[in-house]
Amino acid sequence: MPRNGQPAQPTGNGAAQAPRPAGGRGALHPGAWWLWALALGTAATRTTNPLLLALLIAVSAYVVVTRRPHAPWSRSYGAFVKLALAVLLIRLLFTTVLGSPIPGTHTLVTLPEVPLPDWAQGIRLGGRVTAEGLAFTLYDAMKLATLLICVGAANALANPSRLLKSLPGALYEMGVAVVVALTFAPHLIADIQRLRAARRLRGRPDRGVRGLLQVGLPVLEGALERSVALAAAMDARGYGRTADVPAAVRRTTAALTLTGLLGVCAGTYGLLTAAGGTYGVPVLVAGVAAALGGLWLGGRRTVRTRYRPDRWDARAWLVTASGAAVAALLFLAAARDPAALHPGVVPLVAPSLPLWPAAAVLIGLLPAFVTPTPETAVKEPS
Amino acid sequence: MIRFEDVSVTYDGATEPTVRGIDFAVPEGELVLLAGPSGVGKSTVLGAVSGLVPHFTGGTLSGRVTVAGRDTRTHKPRELADVVGTVGQDPLSHFVTDTVEDELAYGMESLGLPPDVMRRRVEETLDLLGLSDLRSRPIATLSGGQQQRVAIGSVLTPHPEVLVLDEPTSALDPAAAEEVLAVLQRLVHDLGTTVLMAEHRLERVIQYADQVVLLPAPGEPPLLGPPAEVMAVSPVYPPVVDLGRLAGWSPLPLTIRDARRRAAPLRDRLADREIPDRTPPAAPAASRPAPPALRPAPSRRWRRGKRVETPAAASPYAAEVRSLAVRRDRVQALRHVDLTVSPGETVALMGRNGAGKSTLLSALVGLVEPSSGSVRTGGAVPHRTAPRDLVRRVGLIPQEPRDLLYADTVAAECQAADRDAEAPPGTCRTLLTDLLPGVTDDTHPRDLSEGQRLTLALSVVLTARPPLLLLDEPTRGLDYAAKARLAGVLRSLAAEGHAIVLATHDVELTAELAHRVVLLAEGEVIADGPAADVVVASPSFAPQVAKVLAPRKWLTVAQVREALA
Repeated sequence: MPRNGQPAQPTGNGAAQAPRPAGGRGALHPGAWWLWALALGTAATRTTNPLLLALLIAVSAYVVVTRRPHAPWSRSYGAFVKLALAVLLIRLLFTTVLGSPIPGTHTLVTLPEVPLPDWAQGIRLGGRVTAEGLAFTLYDAMKLATLLICVGAANALANPSRLLKSLPGALYEMGVAVVVALTFAPHLIADIQRLRAARRLRGRPDRGVRGLLQVGLPVLEGALERSVALAAAMDARGYGRTADVPAAVRRTTAALTLTGLLGVCAGTYGLLTAAGGTYGVPVLVAGVAAALGGLWLGGRRTVRTRYRPDRWDARAWLVTASGAAVAALLFLAAARDPAALHPGVVPLVAPSLPLWPAAAVLIGLLPAFVTPTPETAVKEPS
Repeated sequence: MIRFEDVSVTYDGATEPTVRGIDFAVPEGELVLLAGPSGVGKSTVLGAVSGLVPHFTGGTLSGRVTVAGRDTRTHKPRELADVVGTVGQDPLSHFVTDTVEDELAYGMESLGLPPDVMRRRVEETLDLLGLSDLRSRPIATLSGGQQQRVAIGSVLTPHPEVLVLDEPTSALDPAAAEEVLAVLQRLVHDLGTTVLMAEHRLERVIQYADQVVLLPAPGEPPLLGPPAEVMAVSPVYPPVVDLGRLAGWSPLPLTIRDARRRAAPLRDRLADREIPDRTPPAAPAASRPAPPALRPAPSRRWRRGKRVETPAAASPYAAEVRSLAVRRDRVQALRHVDLTVSPGETVALMGRNGAGKSTLLSALVGLVEPSSGSVRTGGAVPHRTAPRDLVRRVGLIPQEPRDLLYADTVAAECQAADRDAEAPPGTCRTLLTDLLPGVTDDTHPRDLSEGQRLTLALSVVLTARPPLLLLDEPTRGLDYAAKARLAGVLRSLAAEGHAIVLATHDVELTAELAHRVVLLAEGEVIADGPAADVVVASPSFAPQVAKVLAPRKWLTVAQVREALA
C-alpha cells in the first residue's frame, strides 16, 4: 500500500486498486472537488435540454458513487437528491394549480377555475393544464435540480472540514467554529433520536410532531452542556494561544484591513455607477490588495502551524480542468447552437440529444478515473 | 511536579467550599490515584491542575496550585497546554476534529510546532497507543476503548509533563480498560510522565498507583500515602481489599497476586464450607406482577390488517427471544440469539463494547425491529405494541438515565410517571421514597448525583410495575456505596418476582447480583449459564474474589463473610 500523504501516481487501474483513506491523506484536494462540481453546475445553467441535464446528473452521480468516501458527511448526497426531486415536484404542482404563461394547445386536463376578486388580477387558480406548460416547467426545474445535485456531489466527495483547513491563518478561528458546528449537527440528530426513543420507554408515543417538540428542551440542554465541555477541552489544548506581535504591526493590520474593505466598497460602487467608470477598477484592486495584506499580517498573530496540509497536485488540476472544460464547451455550444440546447415547447417536440455537447458533458467523468478509490468502510458498532 | 498549597475552591452561589485544605505534592514521574466517594470534589481537584478551575468554571480558588513551576493563577489553561494534558470523563466531548490523525495533531498545531516534528510525533503516538490501523478513520466510528485511547493520544502529542485523567476506564469493558491502563503504565515507566487520575473502579487501577490521594468526605482535607496504607482507612475500596480486611491481612493486598499468596490459610478454612446458594427462589405465582391484557392495536397499524394480537397462552417466561437477528446501519448487530428469562431471575449480559448488548435490550423493548426471529415480552411483541401498553410489560433504564427525565422537579417527574403508567397518583413518589429517602420534591433532576438520578429513573419505570426490568450499564459513574444500594434494590425486586436483565461491564456487580450470565461476542451468544460457572471460566470477566479463591467458585466477599460467620 502506498504510504499515505505522498501524492499517489494516477497510473490508471494499478494505483486505483490500492485501498485509500476515507477522505483523508492521499485523497484529492477538497477544493478541486468543489470547483469540478460547481463547473458542472454552471454548465447546467446553459441548457434546458432534459436529456443533457439528465446526462449531467448521471455523470456527477457516477463519480459520487465510485469515489464517495465512507464517511458521515458523504451521506448528504441522498438528501440533496431528495431536495432536487422536491423542487421538481413543487414546480410542477404550482404550474398545474396556478397555470403557466406558456400558450399551449395540448390540454391534458381542465381543473375547475376558482373565480378570484379584482385585486388578485393576473393570478389564476385552476383552469387548463397544457402539456406545453408542464414541459416548460419541467425543463426549467430540471436545471435547478441539476444544480442542486451538483452541489450535493461536492458535499459528498469533499470533506468539509479539510476544505476549511485550507483557509488562511487569520481566518483559522472562524474555520474551527464552522468545523465544530459541522460536527455538532450529527450529535444533535443522534440526541434527538435517543431522546425520542426514550419517550417510548416512558410509555408516550415516540412518533409525530408532538414527540419531537417535547424532546426539544432536553436536546438543547444536552447540546449546551456538550458545547461547554468542548470549549473547556479546546481551551485546555491550547486553542486561542496568540503570539506577541509588536503594537506597530497590530495597528498596521487594523489600518490595512479597514482601508482595504473601504476600498473594495468604493471600488464596487464606482464600477456600478455611470460616473465612476474611471476610478472604479483601480480603487477596487487597491482595496483587495490592502485587505489581503491585512489578512496576511493578521496571520502573524496566530502561532499555529499546519499538519500535513492538502497539496494541490496534478490530479487536482485534472479534476478541475475536466469540470471547467464541460462548462466552457457548453457555453460555446449555447452560443453556437442555442436551438439544440433549448428545445422548444411550442410547438411541442421531443427533445433530441445534440451529439457534441453530450460528448463534452462526458468529459466530466474524468475524476472517476484519475482519483484514488476510497477505502471500503469498516464501521464498528459502538 | 504538581503542588497544591492549602487550596480551597468555592463555586459561585455555593455557601460551602467544594474542596478545602488541599495540600499535597505529586513528584515527577509518579502515577497518583485520586480516590473518594461521589461528590467529594475529585473533578474540581483535577480541574485545578489544568487551570480550568477557576479560569473556565468560575468560582474562587484560594491558596496556590503550581504545575511544573507555573502558577495557575497567572497562567490560563491555554498557556498550560504544553505542560498539562487533560482528558475529561466523556472522550466524545473532547474531540475537535473528525479523524484520528487530525485529532492527534490538533494540540500541536495550536502550540505551533514545526511540521516535521508534528509528523514524527503523530507516527510515534500512533504506534505507542496501537492506533496506526485507525489513523484515517472518522472518530465517530470508533469503539469506546479506541476513542479513549485517541483522547489520551491527542493530549500526549505535545509531550506534556503532566497527564490529568478523569475516570478513564469507567465506560470501558474490562479488556479495553486493560488496554488503556497498559498505555498509562508505559507512559509513566518509559517517558517519565506524571499522571494524576480519578477513578471509581479501584479494582482496575489501584495496582498501578504509586500513591493514593484520598478525599474521604466533602470538605475534608485529603490523605496522601502509599496505596496499601490509604486503603486500610478508605471508605471506598475494591473487593480484594475488602477480602483482605475480612481475613485480617496486613499489609493489605492490592493485587490478585499478593492476595493469592496470602490466601492459602483462608482457602483451607473455606474448603469445607458450602458456598451460599444463589439460585432464584421460585416466586409464588400470586405475588408475580402479571402483565395486563392488551388493548386493541392502535389504528395507525391498519396496514398490518386488523389482526388483533391474540394474547398467547401465558408464557412461563418474562422474555423469550428466538433466533433473533438484527441489522443496524448495514452492520449485523445480532445474529441467531436465543434467550429466555424467567420471573425472579437476574441475567447479566456481558461482552465487549459493541458486542450487541444494548441492541438486545433495545429489541426487548421494541426500539429496534428484528430482521428475523421473534421477541416476546410477557406475551406481547414489543415493536408492535403501543408504548402505553408496553410500559406495563417491560421497562428499560438507558445508559444515560437522564434521557428518561423531562420535568424540572422531582415531584413533577413523579406525577408525569403516574399519568404515563395510569397508576394511582403518588405511586411513583412512594416508590422513590422507599428506594431513596431524603430527596425533596423541588429538586431539579439535574442536580441529583448519578446514583440518585438512576434511582429516580428506576422509580419512574417501576411505577408501571413491569414484570421485566432492563438496565443498560447501570453502574457507570457510581461509587461503591451507590452500587451497593443499587444491588440491594435490584435483589429485592428480583425476590418480588421481577425478571431483571443487566447489560454491564462491571464484573463485581455481576458477581453480586446475577443468577445467570450470558456472554455476547459479535452479536452471538457465546456462553449462557449460571453466573459462577461462566465468569470463573473467563479471566477477564472473573471477579477478584473468584481469582483469589480459585478453584472453588466464591464470587463475592459477602459470600465469604456469610460462610465464615
